[in-house]
Amino acid sequence: MANKATIVVHSGDMDKVFSAFIIANGALAMGMEVSLFFTFWGLQRLKKGGLEKGPLSKMNLLGLGKWLVKRKMKKAGVASLEKLLQDFKELGGKILACDMTMAIMGIKREDLRVDLISDYCAVGTYINEAKESSVTLFI
Amino acid sequence: MSKITVDCTGETCPIPLVETRKALRKAKEGDIVEVIGTHPPSRKEIPMAVKALGLELIDIQEKDGVWKIRIRR
Repeated sequence: MANKATIVVHSGDMDKVFSAFIIANGALAMGMEVSLFFTFWGLQRLKKGGLEKGPLSKMNLLGLGKWLVKRKMKKAGVASLEKLLQDFKELGGKILACDMTMAIMGIKREDLRVDLISDYCAVGTYINEAKESSVTLFI
Repeated sequence: MSKITVDCTGETCPIPLVETRKALRKAKEGDIVEVIGTHPPSRKEIPMAVKALGLELIDIQEKDGVWKIRIRR
């Protein structure tokens, strides 16, 4: 089993995207390879200006809940999603975008942050990477 | 051989771990990376990462809630 983590980022909820990047960065820090597959609502977060746009998965309260949680996070010194993303790339993490989601949701490559994306792919690529990973998660 | 100091005082998960890894990647073989921080779980987890990376943990010192971990690349 390869020293690798493969994570599907299906949710675009802010807290879940945080979880995905924190786990991914932890794995990279421990010397693992990491691939993040962004699909469905998760892919929305890779749109230009979309990273911080996700609602809170629970008690979003039209954005009030999210605002409160973000304030608490800032106070606790939690890194921003942008910082987590930059660290992820710096440590050699790989980002893959789901081609089918792009077709369904009418997302074009130019809508996405293409500089971050290693490849545009489908389920075969995910399975191919997941079957040789010791950690796989669906978030 | 040189020493690299990473100050993660006041930082929380996963920054101390990530900054340690970034410094270790930049360090040359034989260099010493010294990480200073206050986040309690990172004091336990940075040594785990050092082991997983197959590097040498020189020592851990702690005083008044501030720890210092020294690693040889």
